[in-house]
Amino acid sequence: MSDSTVSTNGDYVNFYQYKGKHTGILGWLLSVDHKRIGLLYLGSMVTFFLVGMTLGFFMRLELWNPGQDIMGPQTYNALFTLHGIIMIFLVIIPGIPAGFGNFFLPIQIGAEDVSFPRLNLFSWYLYTIGGLLAVASLFLSGGPIDTGWTFYAPYSLRTGTEVIMPLMAAFILGFSSILTGVNFVTTVHRLRAPGMTFFKLPLFIWALYSTAWIQIIGTPIIGITILLVVVERLFGVGLFDPAMGGDPILFQHLFWIYSHPAVYIMILPAMGVVSEIIPTFARKTIFGYGAIAVSSIAIAFVGTLVWGHHMFTSGMSDESRWVYSFLTFIVALPSGVKIFNWVATMYKGSIKAETPFLYVMAFIFLFSIGGLTGLVLGSLATDVHLHDTYFVVAHFHYVMFGGTIFIFFAALHYWFPKMFGKMYNTKIANIALAIMVVGFNMLYFTFFILGYLGMPRRYYDYLPEFQGMHQFATVGSWVMIAGILLMFINLFLGLKNGKKSGNNPWGGMTLEWTVPSPPPLLNFKKIPTVKYGPYEYEHYDEVTNNVN
Amino acid sequence: MSTNSSTNVAHEEEHGHEHVHDLRDDYGSKLGMWLFLFTELLLFGGLFLLYMAYRFEYFPEFQLSAKSLKIWMGGLNTIILLTSSLTMVLSIIALQRRKIKASIYWLITTISFAFGFLVVKYFEWSDKFSHGIFPGGEELALKTQGEKIFYGLYFSMTGLHGLHVIIGMIILTFILVFIVKGKVSPDRFVLLENGGLYWHLVDLIWIFLFPLFYLLH
Ligand code: HEM
Repeated sequence: MSDSTVSTNGDYVNFYQYKGKHTGILGWLLSVDHKRIGLLYLGSMVTFFLVGMTLGFFMRLELWNPGQDIMGPQTYNALFTLHGIIMIFLVIIPGIPAGFGNFFLPIQIGAEDVSFPRLNLFSWYLYTIGGLLAVASLFLSGGPIDTGWTFYAPYSLRTGTEVIMPLMAAFILGFSSILTGVNFVTTVHRLRAPGMTFFKLPLFIWALYSTAWIQIIGTPIIGITILLVVVERLFGVGLFDPAMGGDPILFQHLFWIYSHPAVYIMILPAMGVVSEIIPTFARKTIFGYGAIAVSSIAIAFVGTLVWGHHMFTSGMSDESRWVYSFLTFIVALPSGVKIFNWVATMYKGSIKAETPFLYVMAFIFLFSIGGLTGLVLGSLATDVHLHDTYFVVAHFHYVMFGGTIFIFFAALHYWFPKMFGKMYNTKIANIALAIMVVGFNMLYFTFFILGYLGMPRRYYDYLPEFQGMHQFATVGSWVMIAGILLMFINLFLGLKNGKKSGNNPWGGMTLEWTVPSPPPLLNFKKIPTVKYGPYEYEHYDEVTNNVN
Repeated sequence: MSTNSSTNVAHEEEHGHEHVHDLRDDYGSKLGMWLFLFTELLLFGGLFLLYMAYRFEYFPEFQLSAKSLKIWMGGLNTIILLTSSLTMVLSIIALQRRKIKASIYWLITTISFAFGFLVVKYFEWSDKFSHGIFPGGEELALKTQGEKIFYGLYFSMTGLHGLHVIIGMIILTFILVFIVKGKVSPDRFVLLENGGLYWHLVDLIWIFLFPLFYLLH
């Protein structure tokens, strides 16, 4: 393409400089370039994350003293519901796949774009509409939804607050997620560069591919469940309403048939990012490539069979309880495979402890705590005691926040130079990480103890003896939020006045490091032919000298 | 591949179009469509699961209620949909054999059948409504819980299916316009094929709904 376009930047035009039919803001909003769409997603997600974080901040403030401080119970209910909806449906489910996946999937497999570029843009619009609907529902006459992000029937059928609009928002978001999944699966099957066999795919792609399958398999079920609640509220069909012979437990089944696999939608892409970052900074072939790749698929598959463990206490036969408990322990296996392989990769590697790598270390630490406490909750005996306490809140923040969101941050720092061609201040980035980790543990580790002592979740009030710990946690939330803000400000400054980063600052070997930063419009001058696996460092020079 | 893309870019420059990768991949399009249809099946799958659970719980009531549905109406609709699947295929074959007029004709027939299905459905539902059998209706309120659930499922499932018939009609109408305008042509008919796939799915789901509600009593 360099022959037909006027060069303005040395020898190539990058995708920011490229002028299509539309320019300015429309050049973004109507662009079907996967890189621009990826950045649109990232921008929206960071925004929603900050909104969700603010809600969390106010919840913690309310819990400074027992009794009412700054808000009543109804407002507190609305806040944690909206916090949950935003963080789950708007940040972490689309999270890494829609943002980084869109940007890097085509480049990493040596393609010019995804299979259906227009559909891709359409998905972003659905996502945005869904997000705006969710936020708009706050201002409707009925008052903001207070059901919790799980929308459990029959309460969601009865509450007087505005339920239909946030549900429709979730439905639309699900539709967007399905379309992205369809797009990614098709792209991986159809658009791999010559020589890029399935077992030469970068592990990030394997993770995205497995995730896309879960999106395809799981999301329709939540779609129909949500639709039924809406229909139920509008017409009173009775399917989940015990008064009319319906069974609310069936709602829970349908809900978790999706929402448990959804936690793998949240974590698998993050594990994919880890599998990229570790070999790059250990400068070593990843240990057990095949095992990691296949374990993604295994998680995707077994993960669709374990939803029942969310319902141990909601009425279920003893047989199904131990079956679900057993299956739950099985999912720990492929996850364990990954952890051991990562550690084995680092063994005798020449490790460069740079910023993205440090974020990954924080992830492994926090995620392990989250995962191990997950086993505590997966066991029947302990779960009956800890169900619906702060122990659960601590567990899922360790897994989702300490897991996925920390990797989201790691990915931001890893791919920042590629996406923008500039480098942030790595020292400040490391300091921000340290502050975050300290604050994070002050906040959520305290939750484990609170939960163990019997503090129930979703309460705006508590017994006086918990006050000391609640205040400690709230101070922790301030520390953590300070760290998060520092990190974003640092990235923003890097975006504005960072130094030029070069094409391959970390010494990565996957295809995105062979193209210029920021990449040109169609990614490659010439579609590459792939000879080696993604992390075969013995061929480093040959692969990276072959710069596009 | 690379030559292909550079011609695309050159082409864009001339016309100043937003870049769209016109790498044509009919197989990929169909793959995408099949994946999408799979999600549609799962969407109904949730409802079939509910049907199964409730049929198990309220077996006698389900048998009783099924008797009140008119088999001949359901049967008529089954025939209509099956025939429309046939005309759909005829339309695709006609286009592949470069008989554009015939293709258009068969497509219009398909859309008319879809409309016919909705008309029958309309009479069926209004018959039930006039007897007070609809969610919140006074007759239904007097019935047992199992019967309420049966009708709840009946209206939800056939309603969602009806919605798909309408969506199918809209899709096929768009494709019809594209054929008339020449955007879908004997050399580029994957869109028509995908529309056909969607239509067969709508048909297929009905094939399951019909026995579950009308015949099992
Ligand atoms: C950024 C700082 C964050 C703070 C200060 C925070 C704080 C809180 C607090 C105080 C609660 C309510 C606990 C209760 O009363 O039961 C909560 C609930 C929750 N949080 Fe966070 N959180 C943060 C980030 C996140 C992230 C990143 C995620 C997910 C990716 C997340 C997901 C959730 C979910 C799903 C709930 C449960 C809502 C419900 O009960 O329906 N949070 N959070």
